[in-house]
Amino acid sequence: MSKPTGLNSLKVERSEVGKGYAHDSARRHVRGEAIYIDDMPDLPGTLHIAPVLSPVAHGKIKSIDASKAMEASGAVCFLAAQDIPGKNEAAPILSGEPIFAESVVEHVGQIIGAVAATSFAEAIQAARLVELDFETSAPCLNVEDAFANGSKTCATQKLKDGDAQSAISSAPHKLSGRVEMGGQDHFYLEGHVAYALPGEDDEMTVWSSTQHPTEVQIHVALALGLKNHNVDVQVRRMGGAFGGKESQATIIAAIAALAAHKTKRPCRFRMRRDTDMAATGKRHGFVMNYEVGVEDNGRFTGLKVDAIANSGHVADLSGPVVTRALTHLDNCYHIPNSDFTGFAAKTNTVSNTAFRGFGGPQGILAIEAIIDNTARELGLDPNAVRAANYYGPQTGEKTPYEQPVEDNRIADVVERVMQNAEWEKRRSEIDQFNADNKILKKGLAMMPVKFGISFNLPTLNQAGSLVHVYTDGSVHLNHGGTEMGQGLYTKVAQVVADVFGIALADVKITATTTGKVPNTSATAASSGSDLNGAAAFNAASEIRQRMVDIAAAELDATPEDVSFENGSVSAGKKAIGFSELAKLCWMKRVSLSAAGFYATPKIHWDATKLKGRPFYYFTYGAAVAEVVIDTLTGESRCLRADIVQDCGKPINPTLDLGQVEGAFVQGMGWLTCEELWWDDAGRLKTVGPSTYKIPGSRDVPPEFNVEILEDKPNREKTVFRSKAIGEPPLMLAVSVWLALRDAVSSLSEGKMAANLDAPATPERILFAVEDMKARLKA
Amino acid sequence: MSSSIDFTLNGQSVSVTCRPDTTVLEWLRGDALLRGTKEGCAEGDCGACSVLVKRKSACDEETKFQAANSCIMLMGQLEGAALITVEGLAQSAPDGHVVQQRMAENGSSQCGFCTPGIVASLAGLLDQNNAPEDSDIHDALAGNLCRCTGYRPIVEAALSAAQGSNISLPEITLEAAKTVVGAEDESVFHLPKTLAELLELKTKHTDAVLLAGGTDMSLDVAHARARWERVICTRDVQELQGVDIAQETLRIGGGVSWQTALPVLQKHWPSFATLVRRFGSTQIRSMGTLAGNLATASPIGDGAPALIALGASLTLASKSGQREVALEDFFIDYRQCDLAPDEVIEAITIPLPKPQQEFRAYKISKRYDQDISTVCGAFSLTVANDTVSAARIAYGGMAATPVRCHEAEAAIKGCAMDEATLSAAKMAIEASFQPMSDMRGSAAYRAMVASKLMERLFADLSGEAVEVMSL
Repeated sequence: MSKPTGLNSLKVERSEVGKGYAHDSARRHVRGEAIYIDDMPDLPGTLHIAPVLSPVAHGKIKSIDASKAMEASGAVCFLAAQDIPGKNEAAPILSGEPIFAESVVEHVGQIIGAVAATSFAEAIQAARLVELDFETSAPCLNVEDAFANGSKTCATQKLKDGDAQSAISSAPHKLSGRVEMGGQDHFYLEGHVAYALPGEDDEMTVWSSTQHPTEVQIHVALALGLKNHNVDVQVRRMGGAFGGKESQATIIAAIAALAAHKTKRPCRFRMRRDTDMAATGKRHGFVMNYEVGVEDNGRFTGLKVDAIANSGHVADLSGPVVTRALTHLDNCYHIPNSDFTGFAAKTNTVSNTAFRGFGGPQGILAIEAIIDNTARELGLDPNAVRAANYYGPQTGEKTPYEQPVEDNRIADVVERVMQNAEWEKRRSEIDQFNADNKILKKGLAMMPVKFGISFNLPTLNQAGSLVHVYTDGSVHLNHGGTEMGQGLYTKVAQVVADVFGIALADVKITATTTGKVPNTSATAASSGSDLNGAAAFNAASEIRQRMVDIAAAELDATPEDVSFENGSVSAGKKAIGFSELAKLCWMKRVSLSAAGFYATPKIHWDATKLKGRPFYYFTYGAAVAEVVIDTLTGESRCLRADIVQDCGKPINPTLDLGQVEGAFVQGMGWLTCEELWWDDAGRLKTVGPSTYKIPGSRDVPPEFNVEILEDKPNREKTVFRSKAIGEPPLMLAVSVWLALRDAVSSLSEGKMAANLDAPATPERILFAVEDMKARLKA
Repeated sequence: MSSSIDFTLNGQSVSVTCRPDTTVLEWLRGDALLRGTKEGCAEGDCGACSVLVKRKSACDEETKFQAANSCIMLMGQLEGAALITVEGLAQSAPDGHVVQQRMAENGSSQCGFCTPGIVASLAGLLDQNNAPEDSDIHDALAGNLCRCTGYRPIVEAALSAAQGSNISLPEITLEAAKTVVGAEDESVFHLPKTLAELLELKTKHTDAVLLAGGTDMSLDVAHARARWERVICTRDVQELQGVDIAQETLRIGGGVSWQTALPVLQKHWPSFATLVRRFGSTQIRSMGTLAGNLATASPIGDGAPALIALGASLTLASKSGQREVALEDFFIDYRQCDLAPDEVIEAITIPLPKPQQEFRAYKISKRYDQDISTVCGAFSLTVANDTVSAARIAYGGMAATPVRCHEAEAAIKGCAMDEATLSAAKMAIEASFQPMSDMRGSAAYRAMVASKLMERLFADLSGEAVEVMSL
């Protein structure tokens, strides 16, 4: 096996890297000048698409009649499964996940067909006239029913280490329980959208709001029955994605391309909010059933967990989501014997998909609930139980999947956050508050996070880039990563600027395009800057190495003495401008363009046994949250949050801070106010912001302190020793949920664990309070 | 016959010929090719479509620019008004409006899709308040969702922008609005100036859509894509505009927006004002009227329970005359009210508080701001010498209409404010309702909370801290 192409060993000084530049599009954002796909002008003849969605959760399609729809004003064509020249396939991993439902529908909102019309309004009106007839069957809407029936969308996964069963039975304390957590809609502000432009000879250009242009390319080609090289997918920016535009975008893009292919006209498919929320996947809700063996001091001896995920109607990415849930059930805790089962339950709800954290949050929430329950049961401080189980520094303890925890910063982040949060003082203040107040009760909780960085599947940990230096010294940068707001483009441009010793402004960031950088992975798994930053570093380094030779000759120096800084290339006292050197290279017929490539080293994974080293490294964080609940209504509020986050040595601390804060608030939403609610017929009734409530500005803790661990370069050779940041801080919001449990527990002076699932809506909190009161009475 | 819609767009007078029932957002993005303003939800809840609108009140006073949701605002409503979009703010100074500058510098945008709407809301706030506090900023942003940033850099940018110069929006002189725009054979939008004209139109066109702010009605256009052939808009009717106090009562005209009514409500019933600030958002309250909120007859419209508890009544007007209806009798069934096709709500009359009268409104929802109530309870109690001498109690979210709870009133009237009274009142509430389960809460939760709100009331009146937001 060949060695992976790691990071080029070129040593580059930090200059632009490390600065807190604003997002490259910030000025355009605030002026309304940033162009999203729906803002692109309509090309002449453009058609607009509206989908026809299933009104039933489960049934056979008896007939689809679009004749009335086609008589409607502006209607141009109707598309359904039989109109697909290639394959009706949208599955990112497995197969049998159709773009258009074929003979059966499996959830309300499943796309059955689509109407293309001369205007958006006409498309919507015509789509309503499509007549559907079904033979309906009873839907399965409950994951535990599906689990009991063995109904699943992909293979059950087992992660075993040691002998959990006997470790639990021989432990002094045995506990068991169940914790349920809801899903979450991404609620990116820009809904799904794609614009397809047919070209000559079967060519198709698709502008897609996607985190995964390559997958869109593959599925558009597959649907059209073409080779991949006919399809070019472009994306400059997304109006938010959060995982929701990883695999899901393929369906929208494929339908736009199918309509464009059939009509030979440009076709735009923008999903309205209610369609988007009904027809596209969300975060997986989970039910976790556990048994745990514990010693007197709170040390776990063994843990058995059945993790049941709501996969929805098909697998989509449920397999790897479940894997990540299982590989994050340990969080920061060494569990000597583990037996984890992951089950992707098939239900008649929309197939769930990637969402920031990708199963990790669900695994971490489960173990934190287990710790909370264990501590209350044993009469211990939950933080003492945590401390009894932390992976030790330097002990070489391994995770259940056998990866050693070798860059352990748990103690660093926990100690720091407890200090920042003034834990001791506030704990007693809060206890006093609770003694003084009958109705309002406060809660306080701390939790750490360890999150594995890399796609679990080693193959996906690769990236490409394309860098050109023009003869005026300006640099054109392209890579396979996509910009969804996280600031990836800015970070990668900072990397490239430093390789050439030029200003950030001299690097032009260009839209991600499958025609420039092929075969990319999704911008996901927090890996965007690790992978694409490294690929761009490699491309720029290669060009720089060529330029060094020319510079050395020009400056009468050895290549080792040539340095690039402040737009100038120098050796000793001689110097030449970077732009002059670029011109000189051209004159000397030296290539100023390079395609870079990077593959993450050290990783390997046995997907059948769930063993290996799936993660290049871990990133760490810790949070303390204080909440107050109203024991009469269940209303709650987070009053203060303190966060300490490990970012390695950041490429851009401002952008990293934005990720930490944004992820935390998004995680808070998942665990508090955001609730997906289906009626008995399987209709999701929360399909807009009027019913699905994401956090607003007042929901952010009024005291919100975030500290990024300073000067902690990554031990692994990541680009500029930075660390991934996109997902890990989302899990810190579990502290808010734990604090809510603590507030409920305060009714028993902390002695009893709250029966509180997630999301902790006012209703769940009030019922947990009532349950606690009933148990206290009994 | 067709009549153009004349308004000021980013400082320029424009005369537009389009269906007046086109949404402003559709027109901006489609016809005007001003695509900085975004569609995030098309239901007035996310704020990505926010723009700034200034209009002349019917009393000829010019309002300030106010943020509004262009996705649920109709072109007809722009007649005679001034509109500023994010592009207009960008042109207002070499580096754009100070909010734009500060947001660009402060990491206030990530994906950028909500940003133009947030810029509009904050520019509107600073035009009216040059020293906002955090709570003012939260009020201004209650109708703007951001999914990326966690808001901190946005709130900070607003605070910093308030310190900057040129935070006022341009002075614009408005022209008088025409009384009708649109085309007879397509879609007509009437803007009558007097109550007589309004009632004449209502009598002549009983099937026309009667539109006030349109924040609920226009969802039919924005969301369900209904087309309206005739709209009669109450915006410019002079007699519907007043907020007057006479003979121990407050009279609020049928065309008065929530935002306009807020100061007087704050003065007399602070708890009602707190409820109103959680009512929709600044964008919604600047357009939506009290009368409109009542006429939609929503079982969960927060205005109704509060006004029922306060003993409000309605003056209904038609060409054949006026009649008074107690608000509690106005609601007939789910989304049905006692309003004849030729009638309009002319005014809402509320008796002013009497000595020892206490009023509290409690709204329970999943999110504090801009959410629809799961349960809303409103309580008006007169307590003298620790004995309840008068009580009016009303709930929203517990039945097909907002309802008064006579049973609970009976349980506490003439009684001392003690445990026994509370327990009787709670039992009366539990016995009074069979609420339903939906996405906002289960029947069991609604029933439990409705009775526990009585417990909150007792604790609240005794001075105990009862709301999480009080900390």
